[in-house]
Amino acid sequence: MSDYIIELKNVSKIFKGGMSRKHWTVALDNFSLTVEDGRAEIQTIAGESGSGKTTLANMVLNFLKPTAGTVYYNGKDIRRADKKERLQYRKDVQVVFQDPFAVYNPFFTIDHVFNTMIRNFSITDNTDEAQDRVHDSLRVVGLDPSEVLRKYPHEFSGGQLQRIMIARAFLAGPKVIVADEPVSMIDASLRAKLLEVLLGLKQDYGISFLYITHDLSTAYHIGDSTMILYRGSLVEHGGTEHVLKNARHPYVQLLLDSIPLPNPDRLWEDDYTLQAGKDLEETEAFALIEGCKFRMRCPRATQVCSEAPPPFFEVSGNHHVACYLYSDGNTDVGGNSKSENA
Amino acid sequence: MTDNILEVEDLRVYYRTRQGHVKAVNGVSFGVRKGEVFGIVGESGSGKTTVAKALVRVVKPPCTIEGGKIKINGRDTLSLSEDDMRRIRWNTLSLIPQGSMNSLNPVMRVERQIADGIHTHDRSMSNRAIRQRIGELMGMVDLPSDTPRKFPHELSGGMKQRVCIAMAVALNPQLIIADEFTSALDVVVQRVVVQTLKKVIRGMDLSLISIGHNMGLQAQLVDRMAIVYGGRIAEIGKVSQIYSEPLHPYTKLLIGSVPSIETKRELKTIGGFPPSLLDPPPGCIFHPRCPKAMDLCKKETPECREIEPERFAACHLY
Repeated sequence: MSDYIIELKNVSKIFKGGMSRKHWTVALDNFSLTVEDGRAEIQTIAGESGSGKTTLANMVLNFLKPTAGTVYYNGKDIRRADKKERLQYRKDVQVVFQDPFAVYNPFFTIDHVFNTMIRNFSITDNTDEAQDRVHDSLRVVGLDPSEVLRKYPHEFSGGQLQRIMIARAFLAGPKVIVADEPVSMIDASLRAKLLEVLLGLKQDYGISFLYITHDLSTAYHIGDSTMILYRGSLVEHGGTEHVLKNARHPYVQLLLDSIPLPNPDRLWEDDYTLQAGKDLEETEAFALIEGCKFRMRCPRATQVCSEAPPPFFEVSGNHHVACYLYSDGNTDVGGNSKSENA
Repeated sequence: MTDNILEVEDLRVYYRTRQGHVKAVNGVSFGVRKGEVFGIVGESGSGKTTVAKALVRVVKPPCTIEGGKIKINGRDTLSLSEDDMRRIRWNTLSLIPQGSMNSLNPVMRVERQIADGIHTHDRSMSNRAIRQRIGELMGMVDLPSDTPRKFPHELSGGMKQRVCIAMAVALNPQLIIADEFTSALDVVVQRVVVQTLKKVIRGMDLSLISIGHNMGLQAQLVDRMAIVYGGRIAEIGKVSQIYSEPLHPYTKLLIGSVPSIETKRELKTIGGFPPSLLDPPPGCIFHPRCPKAMDLCKKETPECREIEPERFAACHLY
């Protein structure tokens, strides 16, 4: 047995289309990740659209085959697992998707979702026990079973539907839940409750999470560690407090500076201007870029950035940055990170 | 007040359904001053988009404006004919609707779409004048000068959104209504688009109504704001006051529930669920979820009153 439930080793995914490399999309580039067994942790994977975060989720869930690299489950290549192992994997690694309105079949009551789980994973043959298990899962996410079961999806709000989805995942008794933007479609007043449920599952039931999001504010509140992706490459990773309060990579600093703070006394400092709309150009052939993918937008790019992709440099304990600025243990930040001024 | 460009009084917009009237906007009053950015914030189903549609009078059955007044520069628009209203749209008042960047026609060059809009609302402009105006507009929103010759699929989300801003200001309106206009953009792009809009409205001395649910974005953009809940206004005030000392219990909870990257604190959760607008609870519409609800709240609907100068709240606590 391995110490890791899930291990991604140098995984890449390239969507090859068109006639030349120019049209390839490198969705994920040489990415590694581990989820330890027996240690509940919320790992945040954050990035903007096109950063590869959903591709990553799809590979962890074995929906997509990596172009290079391997996804291991309990030390075994998941692509080589037999039927029984794959079923066990589905049970151990559950998922909660972004859009709670899209995952339910409107013709069935909520019970159908749970019954399918119980049947497909052979959770129990005993009807009474099955009912108890369903009731327990609903209570864990803070819902009253009598107000949920035998109702139809349209009778619920997005926040409730998403909590029912978490209850469904919990019913399988998972070790890991992959949560792909679970709160981004939920109203602010119900979002906090949902984050509370995720934290509760980690603390009380020892479930680990891969929390995939574009919203660094929620990541800051629940994440233990944070990884930031840019165009398929990991640019910075480490403890959430380090990465978000002491960001080193110029891209992460820009990202953090751009978050609109819910505080009218802390406005965006100065105008972030674009060079004739260049930044927003999404037609760049990223598959062809040598070196750092951020260098065209980077205010501190130098010659070395265009030669080879930057390796990771450790800036402090367990905080790594893929940027040549920190190549010689140089920890001078200089940038305009808000946390530095605060 | 006379310096208000827009005055809304007791606006009521209902959706007529077989089960009864859904009171999406139920007695909303506010004013927007010249050169001001006014925010309307609420969760889904609070009626904010319906307000926007009513302001430009693009509501369609089963949605109907049941009552109230909308005055633009003192002139009541609800009594105008459809032709007169068309003359007001774009010329005095324009709307950037939700998801507008996806409403660009995919088989038409940007140039023709803007020209079409200008032509519909102002017949007097020559083709040459329209072309020149489009050139000016591209400069205003920081788009490259070859953008008008492109098709929408050749532009990124942020660029499309800036085309929509350009269209909204094409005929020098006095008031723009922007409904969730950055909700699909990444944070860096969102910041650029918001800053572009800010620059454009400052430069033209326009008023803006920014409608949205993102408390962070509104804090960055607006001068005064209204918090709406269940088709009613909960509170109106200056943005700094609303964030630092909110009056209405709903505003307090809403602000407490927004995670901020500045400080890590326990997030407040609001119990219960948004109200049914078909069968709203009696009295104050927020009372079933309100931690400070009193007996009075269950019986009487609170009026939106001026609590302090420039601060309005609809709550029995004050």
